[in-house]
Amino acid sequence: MNNRHHRSKRALVLQGLILPAMILAAWQLSTQVGWASEQLFPSPVSIFKDFYDMLQSGELLHHLRVSVVRAALGFLLGGALGLLAGLLVGLFRRAEELLDPTVQMLRTVPLLAITPLFILWFGFGELSKVLLIAMGAFFPLYVNTFLGVRNVDSKLFDVARVLEFSRYKQITRLVIPAALPQVLLGLRLSLSTAWLCLVVAELMGADQGVGYLIQDARSFMRTGVVFVGIFIFALVGKLSDSLVRVLERKLLNWRDNYRG
Amino acid sequence: MSHAGGLNILGVNKSFVHASEAKLVLSDISVIVKPGEFVTVIGPSGCGKSTLLKIVAGLETSDAGAVELNGQPIAGPSQDKGFIFQEHRLFPWLTVEQNIAADLPLNKAEVRRKVDEMVRLVRLEGFETSYPKQLSGGMAQRVAIGRTLLRNPQVLLLDEPFGALDAFTRSHMQESLLDIWRENGTTMLLVTHDIDEAVFLSNRIVVMDARPGRIKHLLSVDLPYPRSRISPAFQEMRTLVLRALADKADAREESWEI
Repeated sequence: MNNRHHRSKRALVLQGLILPAMILAAWQLSTQVGWASEQLFPSPVSIFKDFYDMLQSGELLHHLRVSVVRAALGFLLGGALGLLAGLLVGLFRRAEELLDPTVQMLRTVPLLAITPLFILWFGFGELSKVLLIAMGAFFPLYVNTFLGVRNVDSKLFDVARVLEFSRYKQITRLVIPAALPQVLLGLRLSLSTAWLCLVVAELMGADQGVGYLIQDARSFMRTGVVFVGIFIFALVGKLSDSLVRVLERKLLNWRDNYRG
Repeated sequence: MSHAGGLNILGVNKSFVHASEAKLVLSDISVIVKPGEFVTVIGPSGCGKSTLLKIVAGLETSDAGAVELNGQPIAGPSQDKGFIFQEHRLFPWLTVEQNIAADLPLNKAEVRRKVDEMVRLVRLEGFETSYPKQLSGGMAQRVAIGRTLLRNPQVLLLDEPFGALDAFTRSHMQESLLDIWRENGTTMLLVTHDIDEAVFLSNRIVVMDARPGRIKHLLSVDLPYPRSRISPAFQEMRTLVLRALADKADAREESWEI
């Protein structure tokens, strides 16, 4: 216990790297010795070489940019609508009665099952992809914002009444800050769902983007490139998640919670 | 009395429906609180004293009777009637000064000046930018008092405000409250189950009985401020309140004339 506090941050990072390093070493070794086929399991070194080449040629950045723009557009559209609808439904009973049953029903439909329909309706272009991502991003933010608003301590509403907060101040000074932890959780889930939907949309059919890169590489048996694509998806997903966590730490430092 | 803040509680009745059975919690409660007076309502738990305070605040409605502030019927919660809850009920995401300002903009010079004045009044200098989680119970309750006083209430309604504090902090808070009372002349209506607190603070004590909640006695505390908790006169008054609380007979009639 005491020991843990004395250990430096660098030591902790190094400790976390032990297992991945061992796996990479074993992988490299087994491909070199010939236990695994280079065709299906290209060695980490050759994957890195593919990665480097694609970075040099600008190919990787081009596809990454296309993917990020798609994901961002879809996320902004779906996330904003989810946040707005969640607030509305959370604040007004009438809106809940009107909207929530329909949204909850739509929520049960598996996203992947709708993909063919979206392609039929909106074609293979950008629109179908952005809309699919938006749909994926909508629900987590909607559900969590709704929950967050409903979890606001009613005792604090009494305070707002005694202090004569206007309806507007009640929302901006009480409801939104109180719901923020749950909204930020929704944001994280929304981001990861948006990213997942992007992969689905791009694998279903695209002529650029990281998903296309993977699909294209697969048909030419360029397994190394497939690995690079997967790695990029993971990296960007992790980065966006970390961004929200930084936001959480900044915005929620007033919280007095168990930190493990 | 030149300043405002007189409270008339006239024949208030209140029942709560529980399991399709109406239970009378307040039966014909009448108290006249003069402007600038400190009145304490004391009684066993379940006597409806907190409900009475909520009715005066406008957070609850009465079934019958009237509550007036300066002769005007009370329509709902307002800043004229400051309310201090048993828990501090601060906004956990706001700092001390932001909590005191609450819905008012701190960057406005006028608000800033008033908030700084409140911070001084409740003696929280140096903690302006602390969050509620960093404060002790007594400090947090002082922030809540500052938040209420900033709005210049004519009456301060206090619902067992120091009940959750330790004995030392409690007596310190009681002294602070008296200081504030002396300084601002705000009418005070306090609900408590602490006899010492009632005797230490109030001009008059309303003694209530439970099931249904009704007034048993109205006692005047004619001791000069500041009061010494160990003086014989204080102990005598304490005994009187204790006896009034234990009294089973309806002694309301005899003490009605105050």
